[in-house]
Parts: sequence; structure tokens; C-alpha cells
Amino acid sequence: MQEMSIWGPLIGGILIGTASAMLMFLNGRISGISGILEGVIRPNGSEFAWRAAFVGGLVGGGVVLYLLSPEMFVDISGRPAYVAGIAGLLVGVGTRIGSGCTSGHGICGISRLAPRSIVATLTFMLTGIITVYLVGGVAQ
Amino acid sequence: MNQARNFSIASFLSGLLFAVGLGVSTMTQPGKVIGFLDLFGNWDPSLIFVMGGGVVTYAVLFQFIMKAPAPLFAPKFMVPTRRDMDGPLIVGSALFGIGWGLGGFCPGPALTSLGSLNPNALVFVVTMIVGMYVSDHVKALMFRPSPAA
Repeated sequence: MQEMSIWGPLIGGILIGTASAMLMFLNGRISGISGILEGVIRPNGSEFAWRAAFVGGLVGGGVVLYLLSPEMFVDISGRPAYVAGIAGLLVGVGTRIGSGCTSGHGICGISRLAPRSIVATLTFMLTGIITVYLVGGVAQ
Repeated sequence: MNQARNFSIASFLSGLLFAVGLGVSTMTQPGKVIGFLDLFGNWDPSLIFVMGGGVVTYAVLFQFIMKAPAPLFAPKFMVPTRRDMDGPLIVGSALFGIGWGLGGFCPGPALTSLGSLNPNALVFVVTMIVGMYVSDHVKALMFRPSPAA
């Protein structure tokens, strides 16, 4: 096991939960990012604008964070770009067939004890762990 | 005030705060995510606290939010109600997990990382969007009803 630094992850997790609660309190929507992104690339009338605004916030927030604190985006994964490309394809297909990702199933769904989200989260954690076991983790 | 404008501004600010949470939590570092999934190798359990912090915060706030008759800028709360398990849920989630372990990105951190111009994040987001476009066809191929008819 590696040395742990729990404060960043814990505070970040609380901020993620707060952002999701904010979207529910103000707009009554679940912050499932794969579903929101799909609604942007395949627009669906009245649901397009808020989704585009949310994605704009995510990307814009990333730009601001990078300018303030580029070390937040350090990538020591060592994954070649073609692997990232295959990964993106699997994530795009998988999250749409499986109706959600880490945010919608992992945070919002599990918080509500939604059975579909619990099963989905256990499934993607399991295949993620198996995949890293097979292809290897981060070289030290 | 204009309701539609409030609705979009609220979404934008939620996305912004979400991005900050992702950055602070280290979810925007693919090496951390892969380390978290590396259970049988050099395991880094710290991302448990991202999920723990997010789930507990949302679970508590959700209870309070649901006491309101409606959201502030919309007529009603839209919360998924399906409880049935089906093949697409499992197969789709399994494929997502494989991609997550391969790349170290899930959709939110990948979008947030676009700002860092990490080439892997750029490639990942492009192919993720392609994957979303073709997902209906993949689903139809995988879950086609028996062709006996």
C-alpha cells in the first residue's frame, strides 16, 4: 500500500457531493455526467441548455484549476495515447449502455441506495480492478 | 428573474463546483485512479474517501432537499425510479470499468482535464463521444431479441 493523503480526497468528495446536491436543490436533476454529456452531443429539446451549461462549468472549472494549480493534473499513468483512446471508446459505450458512471451511479445512486446503482458500481469497480491487474498499474 | 436563465446559471455553477471537487480530490490524476484500482499491486486506497465524502454528503443533503415541494428553478424533482436489474446495466457497467482501468479516466475527470491539455484526456474525450454516438448500435447488436422470428 502507498502512503495515504486523505484530506484532498475527502474534501474533494464533499465538494462533489455538495455540487450534486446543489444541482438537485436548484434544478431537480441528477448530476450523472455521462448522461449529461450524451444530452449535449445528442441534443434533446428543453434538456439541452442546462446540460451544456453543466459541461461548460466542468470544462471551464478545469481551465481555471489548471491555471491556478497545474499539479492537480499530473499524469504519471504512463498510458500511451492509443490506450487512452481505446479506454474512452469503452467508457463512452459502457456508460450509455449501463445508464451511468461514477457520478450518477457511484455518488448519486448509492447515496439513495438505488439497487441498480449499487450493482452498477460494484460491477465497474470489479472490472476496473481486474483490468488494472491484467494490464498493470503505474510503474514506480 | 428569468427562470430559464437561472436554471442554466445554476447548472453552470454546479458543474464548476463539481470540477473543483474533482481536482481537489485527485480524481483528475489518472495515476491516482489506476493506483486505487490496483488492489493486488501497489494499492492506493485514498480515493475511497472521495466516494465516502461524496456519498455521505449527498445522502444527508438529499434528505433535506426532498422535504421541499419542488426545486428552486424547476417544477419537480427528476429522480430515477427504476429498480429492475437487466443485462445492459451489467454489461455496460462492466465495459465502463474496463475503460476506467485502462485509461484512469471516468467521464467527469476527463472533461475537467481538457483544460490541462493532457493529450490522453483529449484523445479520451474524443473517443468517449464517438462511443456514446455508437452505443445504441452496440446495444442493439448485443441485446438483439432472438432472430428466430
